[in-house]
Amino acid sequence: MKEASVILINATGLHARPASMFVKEASSYACDVTVEKDGTEYNAKSIMGILSMGAMKGDEIIVRANGEGEEEAVKALAALIETGFGE
Amino acid sequence: MVKGIGASPGIVVGTVLVKKEEEIEIAKKTIDSSETEILNLQSAIEKSRTQIQALYDIALVKMGEEEAKIFEAHQMVLDDPEVFGQVENKINNEKINAEYAIEQVVAPFIQMFEMMEDEYLKERAADLKDVAGRVTKNLLGIDMVDFSNLDSKVVIVANDLTPSDTAAMDKEMVLGFVTEIGGRTSHSAIMARTLEIPAVVGTGNVLSQVATGDVIAFNGDEGVIFVNPNEEKIAEFKAEREKYDAFRTRLSTLVGKESVSKDGIHVELAANIGTPEDLDSVLRNDAQGVGLYRSEFLYMDRNSLPTEEEQFDAYKKVVAGLEGKPVVIRTLDIGGDKKLDYLPLPEEMNPFLGYRAIRLCLDRDDIFRTQLRALLRASAFGNLKVMFPMISSVEELRDAKAIVEEERVKLREEGITFDEKMEIGIMIEIPATAVIADLLAKEVDFFSIGTNDLIQYTTAVDRMNEKIAHLYNPCHPALLRLVNMVIQAGHKEGIWVGMCGEVAGDPRLIPVLLGMGLDEFSMSPISVLNARWIIAQLSQEEMKTVAETVMNLPTASEVEAYLANTIQLED
Repeated sequence: MKEASVILINATGLHARPASMFVKEASSYACDVTVEKDGTEYNAKSIMGILSMGAMKGDEIIVRANGEGEEEAVKALAALIETGFGE
Repeated sequence: MVKGIGASPGIVVGTVLVKKEEEIEIAKKTIDSSETEILNLQSAIEKSRTQIQALYDIALVKMGEEEAKIFEAHQMVLDDPEVFGQVENKINNEKINAEYAIEQVVAPFIQMFEMMEDEYLKERAADLKDVAGRVTKNLLGIDMVDFSNLDSKVVIVANDLTPSDTAAMDKEMVLGFVTEIGGRTSHSAIMARTLEIPAVVGTGNVLSQVATGDVIAFNGDEGVIFVNPNEEKIAEFKAEREKYDAFRTRLSTLVGKESVSKDGIHVELAANIGTPEDLDSVLRNDAQGVGLYRSEFLYMDRNSLPTEEEQFDAYKKVVAGLEGKPVVIRTLDIGGDKKLDYLPLPEEMNPFLGYRAIRLCLDRDDIFRTQLRALLRASAFGNLKVMFPMISSVEELRDAKAIVEEERVKLREEGITFDEKMEIGIMIEIPATAVIADLLAKEVDFFSIGTNDLIQYTTAVDRMNEKIAHLYNPCHPALLRLVNMVIQAGHKEGIWVGMCGEVAGDPRLIPVLLGMGLDEFSMSPISVLNARWIIAQLSQEEMKTVAETVMNLPTASEVEAYLANTIQLED
């Protein structure tokens, strides 16, 4: 299992376009991917789950992957968040 | 007669097609084989996927990428492991029927999204309902109403319409629609305007009064609906529709034409907008620029101030979208009747005479500077002009311009490019400013007259106060004189003068403004072509006399009567 803790820097947080970018990226890996916020874990491949998380700018979240390609998955998703989804 | 909310203009007389809300009774059943049930579910999902893909393709062609995105979102819901993945788990674990499992999984999500304050997330409940309903109907073999494949022209009446319904509508076959719920800004109303289908929404309980096959007539501006009207009423509506259609057709011939008077005077007809989403309507109505972009909308309906990047993106989108045509962006105009939850302002006795607009910006220059940086940066992408609201003195103008200059210096140091010649102007909406327009004209690049506030401040009439609303009249000779004064003062210093209040699009007063020499008229996009039509019929030379005359009439009603008698326009 791999994980990384990241802070959302883009203005809209995990919302609208960034949320779907995040879910699409997560879904491209075979391993299980989750996101933890305030002690609750959400399925990173679920758009409804990610939206319901309500993660905003400045929130700290933990990206976690387990299984095939876990290292690449965590790296890519953390990079997406750290670069502010290209906003 | 039923009263609703006019959502999309146009006159409609036609035969009703009621979209029945299929009351699907979903009962819990125990199943023998979960494998078979899951196969059924999967084939319903695949069928839904094909349908949604078809809707995406239709929407892309008819409405563009932005509107089609909603169906991309629907595809993501189909693939969501927490939605249909959970449905499969439930079927496996609990040996229950698929439609019941869908309901069990989806209901908590819908409830959660509907309770959220965020408008974007609230709408996701509609997506989820739309997709879950589609899969359920495919599972049960219930035919879905398909508005893309109608064999006669109809007026659709429904409790509500889903995005799938509206996107599939063929303008040739759907004469109009009526929904029981919704408001002017609800999804179906916006889609109706985009598709140019006349519509009335928010009628309340109308389905109890109409059935498929009835005749219905309505005017999409007024929102009044007639069910099975008599012959006389039908004839009246048909005549009105012909007139309206002829009017629209004539206006459409003016797209791409110049805005020029009978005696060859060119003016600029621009549009007032609130968000980058209004760009479509600006271009469709062939406005020659944006005369007022109300930046305060960027600050509303959110929890914190918009960042420089967010503002830059929005401004850039509009400026680039207009491809070199002028875009006048008004800096933050908040206070008065416009409040922000995250920026609490003290209660004031007279908010309209209080801490608002440029007064607030000069005090909170942190907010102002962020906006100015975003504006300056966006100026590199087209023809952007900045306008300060509520200026009441030369000092305020100088203070605001000094801050702009400081931000310019910083940007140059950072090596960020911007338009060095970006014009700076002011709104003229306070009588004091109109009176010293000659002094202000020496220090700005343009004026834009904001008539809504100028009338209110000049006549000391709060137009929201019903008891005195009749005193609020743009034909008041005092207003006409002030407007003329401002235009002449501007021209004397060689700057252009525009108007962005409602008066600029008022057909009664366009002749007077043309006579005074107004250079730019900015109005709702939908009024632009009509204004072009009016101006083409007028001679500026003749209107000069009209303007002179009305400024010397003693009362507003005499001004109105004189204009009605003197100006004969084809309609």
